[in-house]
Amino acid sequence: MTQILQLLTNPLVYLLVALVAILTFIALNGLILVYVERKVAGFVQRRPGPYEVGPHGLLQPVADALKLVGKQLVMPRGADRILYWAAPLLSFAPVAVCLLPIPFGPNLAGLDVNLGLLLVLAFSGLNVLALCLAGWGSNSKYALLGAARAVAQSVAYEIPLLLSVLSVAFISGSLNFAEITASQTRGLLSWNVFSQPLAFFIFFVSALAETNRAPFDLPEAESELTAGFHTEYSGMGFGLFFLAEYSYMIVVSAVASVLFLGGWSGPFLSGPWWMLGKIYALILAMMWFRWTYPRVRFDQLLNICWKWLIPLSLINLLGTAFMINLVR
Amino acid sequence: MTTIQKTLKGLWSLIVGLKVTGKEFCRPWITVHYPRQEVSNLDSYRGHIDLVPFPEDPRKPLCIVCRRCEEVCPSGCIRIEGHVPGEEKENPARRLLLISDVPLPGSAAREPVCSADKTLRVLDGFSLNYNLCSLCGLCVQSCPVSSLTFSGDVYLAGRSRKDFEYDLLQRLRMRADSANLREAV
Amino acid sequence: MPDKAPFNLDGDYYSSRFSELSKGEGDTLILNLGPQHPSTHGVLRVIVELDGEYVKRAEPVLGYIHRMHEKMAEIKTYVQYLPNMGRVDYLHALAWNWAYVGAVEKLMELEVPGRAEYIRVITCELNRISSHLLWWGAYVLDLGGFTPILYAFDDRELLMDILQLPTGSRLTYCYYRFGGVSADLTETFMTRTRNFIERFKTRIPMYHDLVTGNMILRGRCEEIGALPVEMARRYGATGPVLRGSGVPYDVRRMEPYSVYDKLEFDVPVGQNGDAMDRYDVRMAELEQSIRIIEQALNRIPDGPFINPDVPDRIFPPKGEVYFAVEGARGKIGVYLVSDGTARPYRLKLRAPGYSNLHVFAELAQGTILADAVSILGSLDLVIPEIDR
Repeated sequence: MTQILQLLTNPLVYLLVALVAILTFIALNGLILVYVERKVAGFVQRRPGPYEVGPHGLLQPVADALKLVGKQLVMPRGADRILYWAAPLLSFAPVAVCLLPIPFGPNLAGLDVNLGLLLVLAFSGLNVLALCLAGWGSNSKYALLGAARAVAQSVAYEIPLLLSVLSVAFISGSLNFAEITASQTRGLLSWNVFSQPLAFFIFFVSALAETNRAPFDLPEAESELTAGFHTEYSGMGFGLFFLAEYSYMIVVSAVASVLFLGGWSGPFLSGPWWMLGKIYALILAMMWFRWTYPRVRFDQLLNICWKWLIPLSLINLLGTAFMINLVR
Repeated sequence: MTTIQKTLKGLWSLIVGLKVTGKEFCRPWITVHYPRQEVSNLDSYRGHIDLVPFPEDPRKPLCIVCRRCEEVCPSGCIRIEGHVPGEEKENPARRLLLISDVPLPGSAAREPVCSADKTLRVLDGFSLNYNLCSLCGLCVQSCPVSSLTFSGDVYLAGRSRKDFEYDLLQRLRMRADSANLREAV
Repeated sequence: MPDKAPFNLDGDYYSSRFSELSKGEGDTLILNLGPQHPSTHGVLRVIVELDGEYVKRAEPVLGYIHRMHEKMAEIKTYVQYLPNMGRVDYLHALAWNWAYVGAVEKLMELEVPGRAEYIRVITCELNRISSHLLWWGAYVLDLGGFTPILYAFDDRELLMDILQLPTGSRLTYCYYRFGGVSADLTETFMTRTRNFIERFKTRIPMYHDLVTGNMILRGRCEEIGALPVEMARRYGATGPVLRGSGVPYDVRRMEPYSVYDKLEFDVPVGQNGDAMDRYDVRMAELEQSIRIIEQALNRIPDGPFINPDVPDRIFPPKGEVYFAVEGARGKIGVYLVSDGTARPYRLKLRAPGYSNLHVFAELAQGTILADAVSILGSLDLVIPEIDR
């Protein structure tokens, strides 16, 4: 037993174990979130959702996964072979890295870096590249239009995301997730959402736009462009995009929980269960939004970003800086 | 400040929308889980037609072979075979043909078939091609002796079109015989 | 991979003619929306020329569901043609039933008993509510809201069950006959209709809360596709499309038929003719239909439900007649030419969707593709009616 613990103190081994754990976490969550999304959709629409496969449809995501894995991998004529197959992989791969610095419990971070926040933001930006490659490499007009929209949307919403996160960094004085969490352990009211409500709101809206969730899901607008940038994907390619979308939802919810909702700390019995509870609460909120609102039109989406979110987040940032100087 | 006011009103409308879906989330399902549950609105469903027998003789249909239903059917689903007792069988070409051989409504080959005289006729065969039926009910309505009724037969499934080509006279006789059997038992 | 595909991918007559007009005009993308497409309400094909996101030209291509209803009218007898009318526009089937039956009655000068007239009014207005509910759900579905259509279908299920009682059908009704209707309304029908009306009055505010006031939806509908009155007149648009632009033309008011001149109801109009106005007009029409049904339920007289003197085989006198009713989509017209025989000589069906659709080609110019889809949805098109 002590030998295993000694092995774990080796940073490389610790990193590998953390990676495996995170990949398992992502895979399990992929299954669970698919099921939960369909059940939530069903209940909002006054119907049961999946019900046949397994008791109350619990085995539905397993059946879906088997189906996706078993499908033929088709590529449209004239598609760029390398770009077409690289896109889903590029979309899914950075997720594991994004979840590494996030502390799920008092000592449960995969990688304790001082620039954890920067790491997460940088790697989640790779998704934009993946969308671009998917749209271009598909050799399809629908996919191209969808990818163009997706790229513009993602690039635009990176800025308010960053600015709202910066306000929290100002307050906590560090980009290290563990320190940010530690600064929120002094009770319920010390959570950053109470001192930075505007930043939380802006972060959540930008997160919805970054992960292409409704009401900002124009890149996958079913009724307008068939399926946007992933029109031409079927089988495992689509499966990877799908999994990547849910995984980015988890990443963004985890970052929001750590930055604004106090991470693993709670008013009583702090621990990883609080972290998981907050992540799932935010994800449920995202699903609730999806099944309630229609889609925002593309130029209105960009207008919201440039005319509302960026000025508001700048004002928030300046206000935070001012208040910090005042207090000090 | 009207932009700010409008935006705040807009944001409030979003919250109202969330409240509506949140409430609906907690309400029971309105779908019916067929085949474990069945729907409750089948009493007025029509289904294909069936012959109505005499009350005192369940094997004898009320049909007088006037052929009004055959004439009025827009899709040509009905083919009737009958004869006058004592005479030889009518027009051998009018035997029960394959449904696909019958000329379509409106073609020149089809003469008005409804008989207006009072000759007694006996029904020999009443074939219905339910594949073509549009459930309009004109046949049931046009029968002067109300010898057609809707069966209410909803849960139909078959593997080929032949499964839905019925001989209604045979169905009537089978119903009568099985009722007799039940009574005898 | 083989170089030459065994089938022709270069396009058909329509796409080649469309692309010829745009030669040498710059870098535009020609895109085919449909005929299989989630938001074109049937098999409508729209060829659009996109300059980036902006629609430079749009051309609808019809005919994918042409079923030759007008030809069938020449082959079938008058009575045999009745089921056809339910299938032309299956969402407001009873209005099409009424147009045909009314045309023949007008030609033959048949009298319709009072009870039958009120039955026709009640069932046609219930069908109008059902049609508008489906339009509402489908429109919001096009715009990305996946839930309201299921709430609308909840109400529609009740309506279909109610209308199944007298007619026996749930969608493609063949209920009206020459001189009346084919079956009487029962007490169950009356009770269930009254219960439905009470329930529906509580559902409409929920629909307004969820959708009409929603900031995102208003952003998608307001100031989109403003239809000037002059353009509407040029294309012959009718129904909520015309009323949204401010013209209070409703066939039930302007050319009253049946007992509509005895019933009180308002004709809602919009101001600017944009998509939001058309939306508001249809939602207001839901409430007006409720009003009409309540009045008709209270006033319905006793008596026969069909004129008993109408023969089984009808031979209308030689002549021609035009009869119009107000359908959910606009003015439904039937022009009937009879030569005295058992079958019509010519039956022309005037579908309101046909005129409404071609407004789209002009309205969509210069808009973003997302707006073009919103305009298409707000016109409430049912392609089977357009192609007949």
